[in-house]
Amino acid sequence: MGIIDKLNKDFESRVRLGIMSVLMVNDWVDFTEMKTLLNITDGNLASHSSALEKSEYIEVKKEFVGKKPKTSYQVTPLGRAAFKEHLSYLEKLMKS
Amino acid sequence: MQSTLIMNQKHQEDLAHIRSMMERSSRFISLSGLSGVFAGLSALIGGLYVYQLFKVNGIEYFTDEHIILSGSLVSELIWIGVIILVCAFVFGTFFTVRKSKKYNLPIWTSATKNMLFNLAVPLAAGGIFCLALIYHGYYGLVAPSTLLFYGLAVINAEKYTFSDIKYLGFSELLLGCISLFYIGYSLLFWILGFGILHIAYGLVMFKKYK
Repeated sequence: MGIIDKLNKDFESRVRLGIMSVLMVNDWVDFTEMKTLLNITDGNLASHSSALEKSEYIEVKKEFVGKKPKTSYQVTPLGRAAFKEHLSYLEKLMKS
Repeated sequence: MQSTLIMNQKHQEDLAHIRSMMERSSRFISLSGLSGVFAGLSALIGGLYVYQLFKVNGIEYFTDEHIILSGSLVSELIWIGVIILVCAFVFGTFFTVRKSKKYNLPIWTSATKNMLFNLAVPLAAGGIFCLALIYHGYYGLVAPSTLLFYGLAVINAEKYTFSDIKYLGFSELLLGCISLFYIGYSLLFWILGFGILHIAYGLVMFKKYK
């Protein structure tokens, strides 16, 4: 199996890479902040974040602030390990 | 062969994207160099005005003798300090908001809050310390203390904004330390630290991150 096959398919999309990158260096990040940081639409963020949640790479917290619902994201230990692995493969690919 | 090349380019872009997203989300990068320049100008003008004020009041500043300030002069000095602070803050915010709008960067993010919090803690402690110095009549130590605490605050906030800012912090700290031993010249050190250094740093940053 070549190194290319080892790249995590879950991280193929730019949006997912972006979500993971932001969460690697921050604690909880809420929906609006994530959306502005990545410069994407609501629907786009919602679909990619739920895919990452399904893989158990991120944790999603839904709460109410006053009467407004607020969604926040945090990376899980599994997600952190998977992303680090993905990064090191990418770096290895660049070197070879 | 060509597909490998295309893949290679995609991976390279992926890495660049990861790096930029990490940077954008964890550091307050809207800070404009012009903010530094105008904060420096405010301090420079304020400092020179105080120098003039001392002259008019017949206070020989450049001696190490203990100077006695009248109550009205002390309150005027405090007001000048507050005005400089407000000017620096207003200019600083204006140019930074302008830069973030221009580059479409979000402003009120967790990185911004972290930076402001880390900046505010040493500054608040320093502010109280200086008020205590004034309260007890140790006027000569106020200017060196503002440099010291400001330097510490900047070094503390460095991890949440451009890391070059730490050089500004260390320079302010060093100036503060030296001026503790040359109290007669502390106005000069103050003008150098808050005026000249800010302008120089602001210009360098403006050129580097334009």
